[in-house]
Amino acid sequence: MLQKIYDWIDERIDLQPIWRDIADHEVPEHVNPAHHFSAFVYCFGGLTFFVVVIQILSGMFLTMYYVPDIENAWRSVYYLQTEVAHAQIVRGMHHWGASVVIVMLLLHTLRVFFQGAYKKPRELNWMVGVLLFFVMLGLGFTGYLLPWDNKAFFATQVGLEIAQQVPFIGDQLKILLAGDASIVGAQTLTRFFAIHVFFLPAALFALLAVHFILIRRQGISGPL
Amino acid sequence: MQRGKGMKFVGDSRIKQGPTVSRIPKDYSEYPGRTEAFWPNFLLKEWLAGAVFLIGFLILTLAHPSPLEGLADPTDAAYIPLPDWYFLFLYELLKYEFASGNYILLGMLGIPGIAFGALLLAPFLDNGPGRRPHQRPIAVGMMLLGLASVIWLTYTSAAAVDWESRAEANKPVPPSDDVDVVIDTDHPGYEVYETSCLACHGAELEGTAAPALYGPEFDHTAEEIADISVNGIGAMPPDQFTGTDEELEQLVDFILSVNESIEEE
Ligand code: HEM
Repeated sequence: MLQKIYDWIDERIDLQPIWRDIADHEVPEHVNPAHHFSAFVYCFGGLTFFVVVIQILSGMFLTMYYVPDIENAWRSVYYLQTEVAHAQIVRGMHHWGASVVIVMLLLHTLRVFFQGAYKKPRELNWMVGVLLFFVMLGLGFTGYLLPWDNKAFFATQVGLEIAQQVPFIGDQLKILLAGDASIVGAQTLTRFFAIHVFFLPAALFALLAVHFILIRRQGISGPL
Repeated sequence: MQRGKGMKFVGDSRIKQGPTVSRIPKDYSEYPGRTEAFWPNFLLKEWLAGAVFLIGFLILTLAHPSPLEGLADPTDAAYIPLPDWYFLFLYELLKYEFASGNYILLGMLGIPGIAFGALLLAPFLDNGPGRRPHQRPIAVGMMLLGLASVIWLTYTSAAAVDWESRAEANKPVPPSDDVDVVIDTDHPGYEVYETSCLACHGAELEGTAAPALYGPEFDHTAEEIADISVNGIGAMPPDQFTGTDEELEQLVDFILSVNESIEEE
């Protein structure tokens, strides 16, 4: 049955090359921890991706309860934390994942850096990687506000004050993020929610796609 | 265009089909070293590593429930702001004299801008052919210096915070104003309550000088309430109520009826 479905699709769109591009490649000895244990450093990128997947899934479930307005945001998180079955675990995964992903990103970056793996021809992928790092930091900054508790509110207020001091565009930058020149409030929360849930994930997916396509095209860097 | 199965796809018919190039990769035996097929051999092992990682991660999550502080109160001027830990190093940097006050732009944009800019452009700054760390001492030295500074700044910032008392002082309070208390001022017991108890327990039993007379903490039978009214309990002195037995009964009934009105919701 499965074979028949596969054949039916294959007859129309010729699956094999697609499939080859994604999964059919060899794993060289020097990156395989089964042969050299120290090759576990090559796992950091994959583990970063794993945590990103955890963040996306847990985040999707959190939005099923979370309400992005200042009256209800905190209440919805409190409700989630105290009443909803297993929600404490889901929120915990998203909360700790946000920290673990930064640690993994750092380890991955250091692996690439100390191995000099960013040298020709991988300069572009390194820059895509640094942009990914910035996007993840942005996700951390915007996500921190969403529970609308005291630490969220005051940290964001400080962050926005800093943004405001940027020369020339500071005031506009603050209004763009906060929705108002002086108030950190309802507008700010709505904007941060939109940025956290739509804008930055879109950028993240695009950059991740480029990152992975480049890795498959260039292959992993050779042994030192 | 020739693809794996030799199919021709419907494309732009004005474009001539070029010579076919085989996209089929070489056989694995032609690669150097002990290579392994990604699918399914290597992926299976990756799954195992992933599962171990996931277990560790879930243990962390279960052992430390994620924190939530009280509902944001913009008027709370005494609150000391603190970013998430991975921003602490930037926050701490702004406390140095050369990075704050008149030099705030240096601390805010200058130093981090140079550091992250150099990170972004690392492949072009460190463009020699050698990949090994000892072949590029400047790049590696700068990275170690940057890394040490970030760790040091994060450490000094975090060490100055008393995390435990911070967490203790900022525990979330359940949203108590959600409770809709129905006070029936026509209840015969209300008058008794007004004269004997209201001064300390509040007009709506919400508690002022003394605790609230409803909620999860308030769990007493009718006999206990009557007894406490007459004999006191803890910090509450005796003889707050000095009336007839009938009035006592009405008082108890009033307090219980308020409690029932909450439970019904
Ligand atoms: C969400 C973030 C990221 C994910 C999911 C990710 C994922 C990956 C994966 C799976 C690999 C394959 C090799 C490995 O696992 O080590 C890789 C390679 C690479 N990554 Fe990332 N990465 C991310 C961020 C970054 C960052 C922040 C940088 C650098 C600043 C970076 C630079 C590179 C480079 C240059 C390679 C090629 C290395 C080589 O060929 O040896 N990536 N990435």
